[in-house]
Amino acid sequence: MSIVVYINSNNGLAKSALEAVTYGNKLDGDVIAVTCGSADESVLSSLGDYGASKVLVDRSVNSNDSMQIANVLKTAVEATGAKTIIFSHDLIAKAVAPRLSVMLKAGLVSGAIDVPNGDTVQVNVFSGKAFGNVKISTDLKIISLLPNSFQPESGGSACPVEEFNGNAGEAKIRVIDSKKPEGDVPLPEAELVVSAGRGLKGPENWDMIEDLAVTLGAATACSRPVADIGWRPHHEHVGQTGVAIRPNLYIAAGISGAIQHLAGVNGSKVIVVVNTDEEAPFFKAADYGVVGDAFEVIPRLNEAIKKFKAAN
Amino acid sequence: MKILVCISKSPDTTSKIAFTDGDSKFDENGVQYIVNPYDEWYALVRALEIKEANGGSVTIVTVGTATDDTVIRKALAIGADEAVRIDSEPTDAYFVAMQIAEYAKSNAFDMVLTGKETINYNGSQVGGMIAAGMDLPFISLASKLEVNGSTAKLETETIGGLEVVEVDLPAVISCAKGMAEQRIPNMRGIMAARTKPLNVVAPVPFESLTSFESYALPDIKSACKMIDPNNMDELVELLHQEAKVI
Repeated sequence: MSIVVYINSNNGLAKSALEAVTYGNKLDGDVIAVTCGSADESVLSSLGDYGASKVLVDRSVNSNDSMQIANVLKTAVEATGAKTIIFSHDLIAKAVAPRLSVMLKAGLVSGAIDVPNGDTVQVNVFSGKAFGNVKISTDLKIISLLPNSFQPESGGSACPVEEFNGNAGEAKIRVIDSKKPEGDVPLPEAELVVSAGRGLKGPENWDMIEDLAVTLGAATACSRPVADIGWRPHHEHVGQTGVAIRPNLYIAAGISGAIQHLAGVNGSKVIVVVNTDEEAPFFKAADYGVVGDAFEVIPRLNEAIKKFKAAN
Repeated sequence: MKILVCISKSPDTTSKIAFTDGDSKFDENGVQYIVNPYDEWYALVRALEIKEANGGSVTIVTVGTATDDTVIRKALAIGADEAVRIDSEPTDAYFVAMQIAEYAKSNAFDMVLTGKETINYNGSQVGGMIAAGMDLPFISLASKLEVNGSTAKLETETIGGLEVVEVDLPAVISCAKGMAEQRIPNMRGIMAARTKPLNVVAPVPFESLTSFESYALPDIKSACKMIDPNNMDELVELLHQEAKVI
């Protein structure tokens, strides 16, 4: 039995793509990665390290047009006889997977956090406040995997890359302009995140947050009020209305921890909260808490991590 | 410009999340339902702004039972012209999307707008499924939307970046932060909402593809360990030895 894993390779292979292939490899079947665009063959063949047996690439599709990508995947599913289709639950999957679900009449589970148990897959619901077990009643199944639920596991070897004509059809969406991702680590991909809020009093005080992020190799994030008043760019805003993230470590300085903020970060494995107010609600959701002034604590933490890194 | 806005009800953000009937159903006891914030703040308000600038109408649609009429009236109070309720339990995203697609197909809308996801199921599925059901283009997670004649210009999020795209209408669009600012309904809107048309439509037969079998709550976090603000070495040690994240 084949398993089709959709890979977005437009900006190289993201960690979430490797997670999706690893996840496919945990199911019972032959993992076939399907991608579109112009990525180098050598990049694509490295998906074999994570368990893909081959990669099908349709070079005719060069945008994120969800109709075209869904058409290519439908063709690939029919050509390989796959019964399971895996996505990483990112922005492209959110447009393509629902369309494919209707085109193939295949039940879709989005936000999966575990491998299926029979026909049932565990997902995050209520903005991370609960889990649900979703049963798929169709033979064809689509699973969209929440990033950072599985770590990529390599150990295989490079796999063949085949040119594939997926009958993509015409693009209906015209791309006029695009801004490439800023910074080294896109926030939803980051394993370590340093975040700050209004407690920092002004955008000029973010140097210490950025310094700590550099020391840790972390991405930076912020709370909603800070993005709304323009202290930080909007793409850094984590929370219910911003980006939802689930890094291994989330350090929050000067953020009180309103429920809307928690909805975006409560999937984090470990949360450290620094706040002057010992009554801040965030401490209830934290693993480690420091009651203190971020202006003193954050530089001190930065020095301590530098010392630790030098010694290890 | 004839715009259809899809709304869903969701529990108020501050609701206590609990389950009943052997953890197979969401416990609605004491839960206050609201219009899903993304549907209301972004999709509905932007639709109203476009109508105010270009003329036309805004219709809201939901799949639900008569108990949802109070939530529908809330959306009408913000300014939609009329509402349609497709009279059925919303069993899964596919069922809901097929109902809305069938209704929309026979009513010639220029645009169908949804929120980016609901805050209870977080699936991000319905918009893309409606587009597939109507064989229309779908733009997901748009943060800006301008209409120029029969073309829509949109800004959409990409992973960490932005894309500006254009699409010919009709199209289906899911709306994210940046689209519009929340509007608080005023007394006149609330009064007017009582008499606006709320048409109840019979559902079309469609099978669900998925079902929620059971729910679970996460393990309760053990108490937060407090660290002396003067001893960051201890915190680093704990993050390394105990939490194993650095």
